[in-house]
Amino acid sequence: MSLEWASAESFKSNRCFVSTVLPPSAISLPVRLYPLGDAAVVLEFGNDISAATHRAIAAFSARLLRQPFAGLREVVPAFTTLTVYYDPWLASGNGQHLPYERVAAQLRELLQVSEKAEAAEETEIVEIPVCYGGAFGPDLAFVAQHTGLSPAAVIALHTAPEYLVHMIGFAPGFPYLGGLDARLATPRRPQPRPLVPAGTVGIAGPQTGIYSLPTPGGWQLIGRTPLALFDAGWKQPSRLRAGQKLRFVAISEAEFTEIQPPQP
Amino acid sequence: MSLHILRPGLLTTVQDLGRYGYQQHGIIVSGAMDALALRVANLLVGNAETAAGLEITLLGPRIFFETDHLIALTGAHLSPTLNGQPVGRNRAVWVAAGAELAFGPAVAGCRVYLAVAGGVAVPLVLGSRATYLRAGFGGLDGRALRAGDVLPVGEPLPLGTRLTQSLASPGRAWVQARFTPDPTLCPTPRPAPIIRAVPGPEYAQFSAASQRAFWREPFAITPAADRMGYRLQGPKLERPAATELLSSAVTLGTVQVPAGGQPIVLLADHQTTGGYPRLAQVISADFSALAQARPGQQLRFEEVALDEAQALYLAQERQLLALRRGIDAICRTA
Repeated sequence: MSLEWASAESFKSNRCFVSTVLPPSAISLPVRLYPLGDAAVVLEFGNDISAATHRAIAAFSARLLRQPFAGLREVVPAFTTLTVYYDPWLASGNGQHLPYERVAAQLRELLQVSEKAEAAEETEIVEIPVCYGGAFGPDLAFVAQHTGLSPAAVIALHTAPEYLVHMIGFAPGFPYLGGLDARLATPRRPQPRPLVPAGTVGIAGPQTGIYSLPTPGGWQLIGRTPLALFDAGWKQPSRLRAGQKLRFVAISEAEFTEIQPPQP
Repeated sequence: MSLHILRPGLLTTVQDLGRYGYQQHGIIVSGAMDALALRVANLLVGNAETAAGLEITLLGPRIFFETDHLIALTGAHLSPTLNGQPVGRNRAVWVAAGAELAFGPAVAGCRVYLAVAGGVAVPLVLGSRATYLRAGFGGLDGRALRAGDVLPVGEPLPLGTRLTQSLASPGRAWVQARFTPDPTLCPTPRPAPIIRAVPGPEYAQFSAASQRAFWREPFAITPAADRMGYRLQGPKLERPAATELLSSAVTLGTVQVPAGGQPIVLLADHQTTGGYPRLAQVISADFSALAQARPGQQLRFEEVALDEAQALYLAQERQLLALRRGIDAICRTA
């Protein structure tokens, strides 16, 4: 027995749409807000990679997650920005307001509340072994040529600093690191490679990072670590986390093949 | 209660509406490319909109139903058949045990969504059943379906059970409902869609000529088009300053332009952050049309203001709300 369902006519939506313009916020903090499409807003805390910007983003991110607004989906911290994703329907008060203006107003309000950064400083330094050059780092020669350094000097400068993990992004467990020696800055490739192997260490402009999974990628590839950075089966699926400190240690190809990835 | 995969098709994966809350650990959202189509399919079989279904790409699978099921097919038109007979799209279909679902020529669009009352009951990983192919988790063992796979189906909600009872016809192989949603919720995908977008954060850094060309000229979807994004080919888009940007969040629908000048539009399996300039951002109301565009086809971008983008999205949500209420009403009177 087949049922005759009601006609589509009876489900036509209620077309009334209420648009409200919220008054501009009176505050003028050095944080710039702008939309990323119709379901996200970007908060820009500065223009340069710095530990202070990192702490401000971490603190505001924690505050927002403690006091979420209606419709907040998630936040994505980056070097100088915090991107706030929201469900536009819930953030609109179920269709009563335009969501962006509403979300931006709530974020500006929360930004006004001054609060001391409570992020604890990390003291432990994670060591990441890297085999530089050769098949593992096909762009080492290009980086050397671009920077006017020898490949050995590139490796020496890359293994010298203590890096700060600013964020995990691009792929699961992929760390974006602050602290690259300015002499090593090299632009991305004009076209990304279709597949970069997991563990590959790259440079993109003033940043360095490690590909955690085989993905397409446009960074200049200078070496590879034998350590796995991500496993969905680990209790903490990412080996690294934002706020940690890290150093690269140069290893030979023989050492690379010897290392068994330990489970953190 | 299970679906038996006889042939997998080109790329068939378990998807729901995505895995939210883990992008800060680099774990992508994934989920249905055409979320609207999956939501409509779920509503038609009395599921929660968030239930997992199958995303079927261009070449459909063959699926055997061991027990009776209530299903719905939305999205692309890939000539679906049950036991060799054409079956309606965008409506609930009661399928008797022993029936076989297959697909034929790709008439329109790229991706079909198959919802089944009760949902595909693979385990939740980090709060979602979506398949994350590159990382190899979620869905069925983190991979595309293969011949011989058996997918568990959950217990239908009371609404799904009532819908099933209203259509079930012992002795017949399958019965389809007459009711279909408002066409705005299940449009037939167009071959050369116009995709609306708002200017992106780095829009002003592109040359005036490139800005004009982006909105005026058609772009071809190259074969390098997958769940992560579509590489497009069209007029070269120039950003005179060409300064390196710090990586920041990118999202579904972000149009980014590497230095080569050919844009990439990011889709459901997009990376969480990226450093290419973001020329434009496709509006949420047009994600469905974008996800249904095929490699080899052309598309054009049309500029809209943020307010219009928001109004269009809210209007789409109201339509879905009306559909949900309508189906509830049917069940109350049935």
